[in-house]
Amino acid sequence: MNSEQAFDASELADLLGDKQDGEDKSLMSILEDVQARYRYLPKDALILISEWMGVPLSQTYSVATFYNAFSLKPKGRHIINVCLGTACNVRGSRKVVERIADRLGIEPGETTQDGEFTLETLNCVGACALGPVAIIDGTHFGRVNAAGADKLLKKLGVEGRKE
Amino acid sequence: MKTIRTPAELEELRGSLAREQDPARRVISLCGGTGCRALGSDSVFEALVERIEAENMGNQVTLRMTGCPGFCEKGPLMVIQPEGIFYHGVKVDEVPEIVTRTLTTGEMIDSLLYVDPSTGEKIAYEREIPFYKKQRPLLLEMNEKIDPTSITDYIALGGYGSLSKVLSQMTAEEVIDEVTEAKLRGRGGAGFPTGLKWRISREAPGDTKYVVCNADEGDPGAFMDRAILEGNPHRVLEGMVIGGYAIGADEGFVYVRAEYPLAAKHLAIAITQAREYGLLGKDILGSGFDFDVQIRLGAGAFVCGEETALMASIEGRTGEPRPRPPYPSQSGLWGKPTNINNVKTWGNVPIIIENGADWYAELGTEGSKGTKIFSVVGKINNTGLVEVPMGTTLRQLIFDVGGGIPNDKEFKAVQIGGPSGGCIPKEHLDTPIDYESLTELGAMMGSGGMVVTDEDTCMVDFARFFMNFVQDESCGKCVPCRLGTRAMLEVLTRITEGKGQEGDMKYLAELGQQIRASSLCGLGQTAPNPVLSTLRYFPDEYEAHIRDKSCPAHVCRPLIQYFIDVETCNGCGRCLRTCPAEAISGAKKERHVIDQDLCIKCGSCQEVCRFDAVIVE
Repeated sequence: MNSEQAFDASELADLLGDKQDGEDKSLMSILEDVQARYRYLPKDALILISEWMGVPLSQTYSVATFYNAFSLKPKGRHIINVCLGTACNVRGSRKVVERIADRLGIEPGETTQDGEFTLETLNCVGACALGPVAIIDGTHFGRVNAAGADKLLKKLGVEGRKE
Repeated sequence: MKTIRTPAELEELRGSLAREQDPARRVISLCGGTGCRALGSDSVFEALVERIEAENMGNQVTLRMTGCPGFCEKGPLMVIQPEGIFYHGVKVDEVPEIVTRTLTTGEMIDSLLYVDPSTGEKIAYEREIPFYKKQRPLLLEMNEKIDPTSITDYIALGGYGSLSKVLSQMTAEEVIDEVTEAKLRGRGGAGFPTGLKWRISREAPGDTKYVVCNADEGDPGAFMDRAILEGNPHRVLEGMVIGGYAIGADEGFVYVRAEYPLAAKHLAIAITQAREYGLLGKDILGSGFDFDVQIRLGAGAFVCGEETALMASIEGRTGEPRPRPPYPSQSGLWGKPTNINNVKTWGNVPIIIENGADWYAELGTEGSKGTKIFSVVGKINNTGLVEVPMGTTLRQLIFDVGGGIPNDKEFKAVQIGGPSGGCIPKEHLDTPIDYESLTELGAMMGSGGMVVTDEDTCMVDFARFFMNFVQDESCGKCVPCRLGTRAMLEVLTRITEGKGQEGDMKYLAELGQQIRASSLCGLGQTAPNPVLSTLRYFPDEYEAHIRDKSCPAHVCRPLIQYFIDVETCNGCGRCLRTCPAEAISGAKKERHVIDQDLCIKCGSCQEVCRFDAVIVE
């Protein structure tokens, strides 16, 4: 795991402190902030948030595991998302996922051993005219086919098959 | 900027903004929607800013990054006023020419003009392009005219005028009557009469009430809510404030899905600006009415588009639905009466108030009034957002506006309403679209997502795709949905693998009916629709898979094989280099061969072959 992801309890306290002054104190939005900061939800953070919110840990855990956007496992430094929505699917996005999975040597939902890449799929980002769409670290790429996926990976330093 | 305190002050501001606008002035609208941004409109915008500055034309030209005008296929899109010149596929290196030629003299750049594929003629003006000609934009109308991050752009075009009218001239009852008479129906898909819902919310006992905007547009292939929130967030806010006034709520929530970061950003900016201008907050326009709005972000759960699950999510719980009644209008967020409407429903409200119920009710069919936005995607030439009056036929939509099917392929069916909807084959293309006609055909209006399929789409595989989607997204609370969709998926998967059995079709139909009848929420109740409608219209395809172990569309991998044609292959080696399984062999300039034992049937070879030498059987 990357050192910058290490969970720091005092930092979370600051984050929660800021929330206290603001209006938005919902459990979901706090978890979203923590997920964005650490790219996963550390166990200690869930415990702290539950105490701070005054809700049972079981409830926080159930929310954290219900929604696709939350992860209890650390995600990679680069997050590769491929849209599998209907329009992208009709245009062959499954082949793109397979190609990337093959190159990275992981299945969708997994992270490479070195913590560099996470491959995920999602259902429609609303850019259907550009399908198949891949989103790498928040940037959208349109009309990606299997060969295009290779090029995108090459830019990220993945050439050929990653072992 | 100062707070607007009265309707007269709003009118005064609108007047002065309008006077500042010179109708002859050059205005460049560049689309900044998610689609065009993915195609590089961000850098085109930067280049334009730089170039206009370098040419010292800043005081003659207004440059605007707008919302989506719908023609996503051709992005990045640019419209230049006052003429209405339409450029598509604009790239950074074309910017200098646009500035020096078009902006100064109005001279058109040929290579950027749209070419009508049916006539081969170039079309210079947006209003003359077939894609736009047959549309009737109401909700999307302002998208290309305003910068969504500027409240004054919206006010200049009359924005918040409906709110002003409501607060100064109408009682809550009158507002509800107006919406009722307009016969507006819920645009989330179910089509519940909006006026009636508002009345139930208003009459529900309680001092604290809420309004909610459902912007959890989860139907894959639908993106009109995204386009509205990105392109014109103030209209949605204005509708919500009017709704709050009508039902007696002083607080509203917009639940936006996490996959739409730009929509959430523009909405947040709009809320901040509306507060600054006094159009949200305490004593709006001096009426004594208080109202404010908060954003809640979803976290990637399709079921949260269902209203009871959505409310659970806003309350910070897992997004699991609960039985209705009680309906949210009676007991919603934190047990209080809550009026939930879709983005488009809220967006229609200011339009109805501005133009009147009679005007609005003239558009559309007997039972379905107004316009409807469809996202036409999949195997279609003009992918994009299309707003047409209710009652337009599928044929007009797909062939006249959508430009038909690419690559001379044949239209097979259109899937309407996403995973809850169904497919409609070509014999019903002349059906006028409204809530009832689609339901009769086994589809549903849904959010308006329309996925067009052609001869290369396998309908069994397509049904399996949707079943896989709902199975994945089923929250697991009720048994029919959790286990029933799984059972259906298993059978469908088996069929696509060539292991289908006699009786499978009957089993799917029966199980589908049971899931429909017994699931807890709309997700489960509509989940079997894609399967039931493909069984209804394409039984031959199911039978071919089950009896002949063949996939007529050449999609289902266990049922197909890839070959390289002896006559056509010239041994160029492209497929050999691309094959991820190293299944292709052959010397240079000699015919290549696929080793069937190694082939994973990914189709990469077919994709890269320039001579159509790879065939599927």
